[in-house]
Amino acid sequence: MSFSYPEGQTSGATQLPAYELLAKISKGEITSTQVIETLLGQIEKNDQQINAYLLVLRSEALEKARQIDRKIARGQKVGKLAGIPVAVKDNICTKGVRTTCGSKILENFVPPYDATVIERLKAADAVLVGKTNMDEFAMGSSTETSYFGVTKNPHDPERVPGGSSGGSAAALAAGEALLALGSDTGGSIRQPASFCGVVGLKPTYGRVSRFGLVAYASSLDQIGPMARNVRDCALLLQVIAGHDPCDSTSADVPVPQYLSALRKGIKGLTIGLPREYFAEGLEQEVKSALLSAVERLQDQGAEVEEVTLPHTEYAIPTYYLLATAEASANLARYDGVRYGFRVKNPPNLDQMYRRTRSQGFGAEVKRRIMLGTYALSAGYYDAYYLKAQKVRTLIMEDFQQALQRADVLVTPTSPTAAFKIGEKIDDPLQMYLSDIYTISANLAGIPGISVPCGLSSHGLPIGIQILGRHFDEETILRVAYAVEQNVNWPSTEEKTKKEM
Amino acid sequence: MEYETMIGLEIHAQLSTKSKIFCGCSTEFGDQPNTHGCPICLGMPGVLPVLNHKAVEYALKLALAVGSEIQPRSRFLRKNYFYPDLPKGYQISQYQSESEPPLATGGSIEIEVDSHTKRIRLRRIHMEEDAGKLVHEEEYVPEGQSLFDVNRCGVPLIEIVTEPDINSPEEAYQFLSKLKQILVYLGICEGNMEKGNIRIDTNISVRPKGAPQLGTRTEIKNMNSLHNLQRALETEIKRQVGLLERGGKVIQQTMTWDAKREIIAPMRSKEESHDYRYFPEPDLVPIEVDKQWLEKLKADMPELPTARRRRFVQQYNLPEYDAEVLTASRGLADYYEECVKSGASPKMASNWVMGEVNRVLNEKKITPQELSVTPESLAELLQLVSNGTLSTKIARDVFAEMVQTGRRAGKIVKEKGLVQLTDRGKLGEVIDEVLAENPDQREQYLAGKKQLLGFFVGQVMKKTQGKANPKLANQILQDRLRG
Repeated sequence: MSFSYPEGQTSGATQLPAYELLAKISKGEITSTQVIETLLGQIEKNDQQINAYLLVLRSEALEKARQIDRKIARGQKVGKLAGIPVAVKDNICTKGVRTTCGSKILENFVPPYDATVIERLKAADAVLVGKTNMDEFAMGSSTETSYFGVTKNPHDPERVPGGSSGGSAAALAAGEALLALGSDTGGSIRQPASFCGVVGLKPTYGRVSRFGLVAYASSLDQIGPMARNVRDCALLLQVIAGHDPCDSTSADVPVPQYLSALRKGIKGLTIGLPREYFAEGLEQEVKSALLSAVERLQDQGAEVEEVTLPHTEYAIPTYYLLATAEASANLARYDGVRYGFRVKNPPNLDQMYRRTRSQGFGAEVKRRIMLGTYALSAGYYDAYYLKAQKVRTLIMEDFQQALQRADVLVTPTSPTAAFKIGEKIDDPLQMYLSDIYTISANLAGIPGISVPCGLSSHGLPIGIQILGRHFDEETILRVAYAVEQNVNWPSTEEKTKKEM
Repeated sequence: MEYETMIGLEIHAQLSTKSKIFCGCSTEFGDQPNTHGCPICLGMPGVLPVLNHKAVEYALKLALAVGSEIQPRSRFLRKNYFYPDLPKGYQISQYQSESEPPLATGGSIEIEVDSHTKRIRLRRIHMEEDAGKLVHEEEYVPEGQSLFDVNRCGVPLIEIVTEPDINSPEEAYQFLSKLKQILVYLGICEGNMEKGNIRIDTNISVRPKGAPQLGTRTEIKNMNSLHNLQRALETEIKRQVGLLERGGKVIQQTMTWDAKREIIAPMRSKEESHDYRYFPEPDLVPIEVDKQWLEKLKADMPELPTARRRRFVQQYNLPEYDAEVLTASRGLADYYEECVKSGASPKMASNWVMGEVNRVLNEKKITPQELSVTPESLAELLQLVSNGTLSTKIARDVFAEMVQTGRRAGKIVKEKGLVQLTDRGKLGEVIDEVLAENPDQREQYLAGKKQLLGFFVGQVMKKTQGKANPKLANQILQDRLRG
């Protein structure tokens, strides 16, 4: 079994991992401009088909790369990601750069501010190459709900890349990005990472500032790093993590050195396998890929134990009540009054609201706004919203208990490999089930990472999910690194080394 | 039949913090439209609120002042509704239920009714953000359009809700005056109703006196002055009583007061039928009020009007009336106390502050602290009166000059030679002159027309340009005329 990028989709400098390019750029062995040019070439070649990007910042990226090259040439101090290209999901606000959320209602919205994560990337001298496609307002698991068309899975263009951060995942898989930001409310980083064969990490709630992330469900949303390997993922997390006074829910907790943690190995770690995650609905080949990965972790000295998360079956209904309730309020601001799309010549205020929102939002967004509005309505609040909050607490307690015994939990990321475009779009419930293993981590606020662990019989990537304790991204990165180093195919690093 | 009225008030007071409740924009009133806005108060995508702790502190000060129970932990909620002046489509507010306590509950404010004290209980004090303003009526707004002004969006408000303990428009007036006084004393609200610093909604019901059940209540919105509140309540009481008298029924509804036409009319039912779908604001952490914070606030609390009034009576031996007038505002009371501290006699200072000082303040519409005569300077003037250097009459003229020029009393007196004539010999000479010049009046006085004494004093004053010490002049005159 071997894993490879689709024919001809990567070339030259951008095949190297970001951390190696970073070293080469700082030593002057290669320039940032060369890296960006190569990457832009890749985008030009592949993105017509893949549609990972909604906007490519060609001239801005090149200009920034030249600046950094000049700095390096002059021997000036540069940031932690100097000259490295980063793709950004289009629900993260970028000053002066259109930010659409994949929606018609924000088709022409240009924020006058940067999200905190963007400020941090800029301060680290990273180069923003473009904004990536996504499910509209991050509501979806396939990138099919984007107003700007579906993104194709680089492993099979008939299949979805997953979602909602499908653009970022596909860009990485297609060699059109080295590092990318995604956001994860119920699995939106991990599930597309799994479908596209890349690495995606959802940090602990509060680890990364949400300021400038267009809100879907505020108590669940987190921005996180996506990359082609675990090291790069850790590198990007290092730059974006940390307390932000502009986000009251961001935690004032020290950020450890993630890269040095990777070398610690996993000997003596206890890995919990939640019994409930191996029940019906899990495809056999996903299950076997996962179990063989677990065996290899055992070979490296990890201990494996079965654990139980008894409230697992309530995760999806709980999520769809809480997330939609919050969304119904979060999306109320798109009313056509101050910015974004507004219908022409409405006869009165009421019609302006109705028509703007009817025409500006897509079907899935409207479905979720209505669901959330209903759940909060007088007479239903206790039965739906309040009850869901109580169940959320139970789910959190499940994880607390399980993670007392185990250092991490290992689960499939999604029950299946990437499905076909159009396969589930008319069946919301089937679509929602593709997040069944990822949603609980958002409800519990714990960190999770998806890393490739095998291929399906169709040659599609399969991801393994590692969940950890609050603010313990370090340990899930260690385990993910161990998985990556021991997969049965040449890892991205080894493969590129051979090709060089 | 006799009826009794039950009124509950819901007051929104703007806290006088420098910046808004969830962003750094200025709260300055009266600036050009849309000059105090940012992505946060404009509700742009992706922005997050950050709580202004000064605003919480201000709200807590009121809670402490009125004896409310302060919740150690309370949350903000989202109150959802669509309106163009509400950028996020929800207002960040608080609520009152078993699971969602507001910042403070209970407490009371005392008012004076027919010279006895009545306690009006409070239901809650909670925090919220103000909405923006829509402009339709200005001439620069094109026909059929509305313009939006963000300046007021996110100005911190406290909502104060009373129990229906108020039984007349007069009591409502008293309550609001008292509340306003406390707010201004605490330095947490400017208390200017014209600027919209304080806005009032009210619930009102009537019932036959002694009836066991409450009457059906109506809500009146949009009263922007104490006068309007009183007029609206009077009108609504008359309307409700009229309905009941004719055998009709009061319908529970929301009314609005039209100040221009002085009428009350129901709001369109659409405007009042809201399901606000409250739920906890996930972008903010709960407000935690610990003991330490409260202790610090308590230590910083200014003396409140009632306590200060009582102290003034005791410490300065002032009549109740004086104490009431002097403590009406914190500024005036501070001015008075400074003056006494600088050596003025308490009662004389009281007369002057209530009289001359207050008159000038009203004329000029300024605060005591803006007056060109400092309390120390006034004390100096009053000492010149106490030690007999100046007559009260002359002192008034000197004060007027001090107000105009801001100069010290001593200087003015010296320059103008205004020192009072208290020399027995000199004054005697003047009096002798006066008596010699008015022989007829002297005859009449001696014949028993004693009221002519005033005439002689007047003549003496005229001759001395008012500098004669009136007491001494009186005495010498009586001596001379006895003879």
